[in-house]
Amino acid sequence: MLSIQSQLFEAQDVRFGPIDHEAHPDIESKWTHDAEFMRLMELAPVRPLSPAMVRKQYESVEKKMEEDKNLFYFTVRARDDDRLIGKAVVEWIDWTNGNGLIRLGIGAETDRRKGYGSQALRMLLRYSFSELNLYRVTAVVPAYNEGALRLFQKFGFMEEVRRRKALHRDGTFWDIVSYGLLNSEWQEQQNNGRG
Amino acid sequence: MKDLYREALVRLASEPPEVMAKSFVKWDRDSEFHRLADSDPAQLWSEKKLKEFIDRNSEKNSTQYFSFSIRTLVDDKYIGFVSLRVPAWSHSDAWIGIMVGERDYWGKGYGTDAMRLIVQYGFLELNLRRMSLGLHAYNERALKSYEKAGFTLEGRVRGDGLRDGIRYDSLWLGILREEWEPI
Repeated sequence: MLSIQSQLFEAQDVRFGPIDHEAHPDIESKWTHDAEFMRLMELAPVRPLSPAMVRKQYESVEKKMEEDKNLFYFTVRARDDDRLIGKAVVEWIDWTNGNGLIRLGIGAETDRRKGYGSQALRMLLRYSFSELNLYRVTAVVPAYNEGALRLFQKFGFMEEVRRRKALHRDGTFWDIVSYGLLNSEWQEQQNNGRG
Repeated sequence: MKDLYREALVRLASEPPEVMAKSFVKWDRDSEFHRLADSDPAQLWSEKKLKEFIDRNSEKNSTQYFSFSIRTLVDDKYIGFVSLRVPAWSHSDAWIGIMVGERDYWGKGYGTDAMRLIVQYGFLELNLRRMSLGLHAYNERALKSYEKAGFTLEGRVRGDGLRDGIRYDSLWLGILREEWEPI
């Protein structure tokens, strides 16, 4: 049954919104100055970004969305005041094979551990599977990001690949873990009233 | 010092873009070759367009991308292509791409030889710590070859691709410096 009345971009405490090129660069620039957060999100070497650099990134994101049509980018907002609290992304979509990578993060320390990430992931999965009709999604996580590992496990993702010692940080070699969830598995969760 | 570019059956070399483009046109017309090597839809590019791709790639060829042609020692035939891409030097990990376009040279050890050379190049010249690659699970000949060259299976991406109406898995393999046995 079609459920277009049920909003794709609204959850209990958070919602998805577009990029705000005026207000968001300053906020995201602050997040990039938090090295610990950035190292949870990024595998490449992290660096702080000025608001101008963030603005440029936003422009290239929207250019890619428009031209390549294989990237879908959402800002995560708090429902009470619409402020920016994170991002949720489906990227590297391979339309022929029906797969894509998902990525999300809650930027400010004070907004973490409140279930916002779970709500954003729930929306991102519904979007990936019942709007984009992907067959499967993948999430790539450094093994030290225990919060992310727990989150994806909670949502029924299966550990599929463990690239041994693929990440070198703070003198330690960490595995990079890939988690996969199939559309059919997600559908099953919906039918069982989970997810 | 070792000869980095020479093994029992093949050597690593470099070709002019025109030569590469001509060979790619020929190899691409073999759809089985494409579907073993790639997950993108098989398609046929012009020689002109392929040369543009190659030129663009060689501009990027700086410090993060290393590519070689594969030539046989016995008759100096250009049979394929192998490359190493380093996404972030800080982690000393790289991605290998390899293909043997000349199907008369499949299943005879040429690809495995070339793989041994690129792995050696990665560890001895680039000082990498590990290397990674991916393949279609149905490409059993490739899997055997990679395992022979020292790679270990690190995981299976379920239903990653769809061809001829059938869902198939991808496999990801890796090799660490400490488990590598020098040629």
